[in-house]
Amino acid sequence: MKRKLVLVGNGMAGVWCVEHILKLAPQQFDITIFGAEPHPNYNRILLSSVLAGDSSMKDIVLNDWDWYRDNNIAFHAGQAVTKLDTANKQVVSDKGITVAYDELILATGSLPFMLPIPGADKEGVIAFRDIKDCETMMETAKQYKKAVVIGGGLLGLEAARGLLNLNMEVSVVHINNYLMERQLDETASRMLQVELERQGMKFLLEKQTEQIVGKKRVTGVKFKDGSLAEADLVVMAVGIRPNVALAKESGIELNRGIVVNDYLQTNVPNVYAVGECAEHRGVAYGLVAPLYEQGDVLAKKLCGLECEGYQGSVTSTKLKVSGVDVFSGGQYNDEPGTRAIKIQDEFEGIYKKVLVREGKVVGAVMFGDTSDSSRIFKLIRTGEDISGREKEIVLGEGFGGKSGSGGAGVESMSDDEIVCGCNGVTKGAIVKAIQEKGLTSVEEIKACTNASRSCGGCKPLVAGVLNCTLGEDAVTAAKEGVCGCTTLDRDEVVAAIRSMHLTTSKEVMHVLEWNNPEGCSKCRPALNYYLGMAWPVEHAEERESRFVNERNHANIQKDGTYSVIPRIYGGVTSPQELKKIAEVAEKYDVPMVKFTGGQRIDLLGVKKEDLPRMWEDLDMPSGYGYGKALRTVKTCVGSTFCRFGTQDSISMGIELEKRFERLNTPAKVKMAVSGCPRNCAEATIKDFGVVAIDGGWELYIGGNGGVRVRASDLMWKVKTEEEVFEYSAAFMQYYRESAKWNERTSEWVQRVGLDIIREALDTEEKRKALVARIDEALNLMKDPWKEIIETPELRSMFEALPEKEAAAAAE
Amino acid sequence: MERIMVARASEIPALRSRTVTVGGMEIAIFKLSSGELRAIENRCPHKNGKLSEGIVCDHHVFCPLHDWKINMKDGLVQAPDEGCVTTFSVEVDEEGKVYLLWEKGSLSA
Repeated sequence: MKRKLVLVGNGMAGVWCVEHILKLAPQQFDITIFGAEPHPNYNRILLSSVLAGDSSMKDIVLNDWDWYRDNNIAFHAGQAVTKLDTANKQVVSDKGITVAYDELILATGSLPFMLPIPGADKEGVIAFRDIKDCETMMETAKQYKKAVVIGGGLLGLEAARGLLNLNMEVSVVHINNYLMERQLDETASRMLQVELERQGMKFLLEKQTEQIVGKKRVTGVKFKDGSLAEADLVVMAVGIRPNVALAKESGIELNRGIVVNDYLQTNVPNVYAVGECAEHRGVAYGLVAPLYEQGDVLAKKLCGLECEGYQGSVTSTKLKVSGVDVFSGGQYNDEPGTRAIKIQDEFEGIYKKVLVREGKVVGAVMFGDTSDSSRIFKLIRTGEDISGREKEIVLGEGFGGKSGSGGAGVESMSDDEIVCGCNGVTKGAIVKAIQEKGLTSVEEIKACTNASRSCGGCKPLVAGVLNCTLGEDAVTAAKEGVCGCTTLDRDEVVAAIRSMHLTTSKEVMHVLEWNNPEGCSKCRPALNYYLGMAWPVEHAEERESRFVNERNHANIQKDGTYSVIPRIYGGVTSPQELKKIAEVAEKYDVPMVKFTGGQRIDLLGVKKEDLPRMWEDLDMPSGYGYGKALRTVKTCVGSTFCRFGTQDSISMGIELEKRFERLNTPAKVKMAVSGCPRNCAEATIKDFGVVAIDGGWELYIGGNGGVRVRASDLMWKVKTEEEVFEYSAAFMQYYRESAKWNERTSEWVQRVGLDIIREALDTEEKRKALVARIDEALNLMKDPWKEIIETPELRSMFEALPEKEAAAAAE
Repeated sequence: MERIMVARASEIPALRSRTVTVGGMEIAIFKLSSGELRAIENRCPHKNGKLSEGIVCDHHVFCPLHDWKINMKDGLVQAPDEGCVTTFSVEVDEEGKVYLLWEKGSLSA
């Protein structure tokens, strides 16, 4: 029997914990989640960036609806739990659903604190807490002009910045005489204020709000000193308080928040609390990092894993306002007994202060340059004694000047220093991931380690760690290197394959002393390609080394179904062919039929076992819409119909596609043929582009319209169609022989240089030799769909084994 | 403990897998280069990728969706990712019949 786990609160803390539970023990729980907001789990920290226009609502979703479904989580969105019956171990929602639990997590978060002043209930007075508040602000900005934000803290300033972006006039009201006094000292605060004023924000400091005025809707804010500020919108951002309403009714011990011990247990058995609603050792946190730490501990506890309990967190803050770098951690005000190291550079707008007490760093404030912040924050957290070395350690390398984004600072970081404060990812963890998984981009690091997944503020640091680990030049070189199984690069491996006449992956890995005896998911497909390129006849295709798409000859989708793209040469089809495709789509209940970007038709959502039958019914060649091979040759109408066309681009496209279809290439290859220089087929962003001119053809190479857009280079102008075929074939073969596996032509031409390529094809003799070698490879290619249909051993691999009953499972 | 006949060893090529649904759960049975068989739930803990379609290197399989590396002996996801996949014991008799050992309540383990 699975245990029933109920989570009340669909926010970052609770869902983080559930994510961990799913990783640690995917089968242990039946999970139910209640969320009062009608949305899937999203990143509340990034609401300010939605307001600022840097992200859309969609971008900030952490787990979409599919995630709940895929993990069999019963998710009640838009339902608040209103009753908790700890005696009978069940919860009841406001819509009347009752769910029993074995373990209950309360993650009800916090509520914005609304000032209890007259008029606070008027239309146009809101908090800044959830998606709905954001939407209200965006709506309001369309009709109204004047906004007043009450509260000059972190949240208030982020809200104000967002409203500025929405073109509102924004005044920030603050009770203190300087901003963010809970995070900054006065010097840093004044610098911040000057910068924000420069951005257009107005400040009303030392003002105490007395009343919100207006009829139905707010028209202004009145202060204790008698002054008045006009307002069409009032955002209260004066603070939050733990949302404990549910726990209150149920005999759970409360203080400011729900009181929990080091294992996040409340005083009631099987009831836990995490996040902003929880109070641990007298502290209720309102920042994300502690919530994650709590979630990790609770997940382990619930899965029965041993762990050290939660010990509390030292927190730090960064303000997420573009163009303003502010950091604060630990203690920030001078006091008797503390001594500070301060640097202030009014030319660069930089201020840094590090407070030291009895030889230990106890806090820091930084403005204008926060690149040292993680190093200093580590000193605060560890409490390392630096007596006598204060200046050299605190000042460190580059502390004085502006060290740029994540440059020099990163190198001096130790491995256990935290790079991503939100998710607690250390430099060491990132370096390890880069090295072991061959990561080459910040995005990959984010997916793999969670670093920069939350607020994104540490992205420059993460990029810095990447550069440091691989070396700036190697960021590209390492990407195209073989993998972690060997220190040899592509050229060395290919040279060995040729000189020692190695014809199987096994031989290569053995002879070249791979450190994983059977390689990895990176080198295996690469070796299979190199061997096939070097020894087209002798090398036997190694299907088990192919990525799933090239083994199943269809493109795997996120749900395990496949897409089928038949070959439509040059994008030219016929009524008969379209009817046939339509009939097949109907017969197999294809959920989506879509035109691809390459002038073909994609049948999406096909079950694996249906693939061979569909191919049989289609009776068309594979379009290789999944492979490292020629994809499609896009064409414009050309002289056949077009009044501007100078050449028959359609015939040329079809001919090229027929010539190079099925060929294995280092990476996918896209071609296009345009019938005149208007270039409607977009031939100049293809790997190989052909553009007709009056009396000839222009040949372009190395274009790319994808991740990194690159316009192709004009390499050759030729007169006849025969020359187009000769140059294209010679080019393709030279690319096959010299590029790294998975290296697109756009990257390859930049690496090897256009002159080298031009030289490789500069005589007819050289071109003919290349053409002869490509023909040898092309002659061996068979249509893979046909081959699978006709070969029972291959075809049977598409069928599952017969289903079995199990008595134990039926319980 | 139940012993369920699920396949013949010859039906699974080396470094490949076949899937079988037992009691509603999809299981992938892999043949390693040594000929040894390994059975795991056909579901990556990351995004439910079909592990049966992954590249097999010694006793590891790489999920085809996002390249998570999973140890088929103990089901553990390899660092820096984390997680666990349910594993099952497999036996092959002298006729080459493959049996899955289905532990009572093994799913709630």
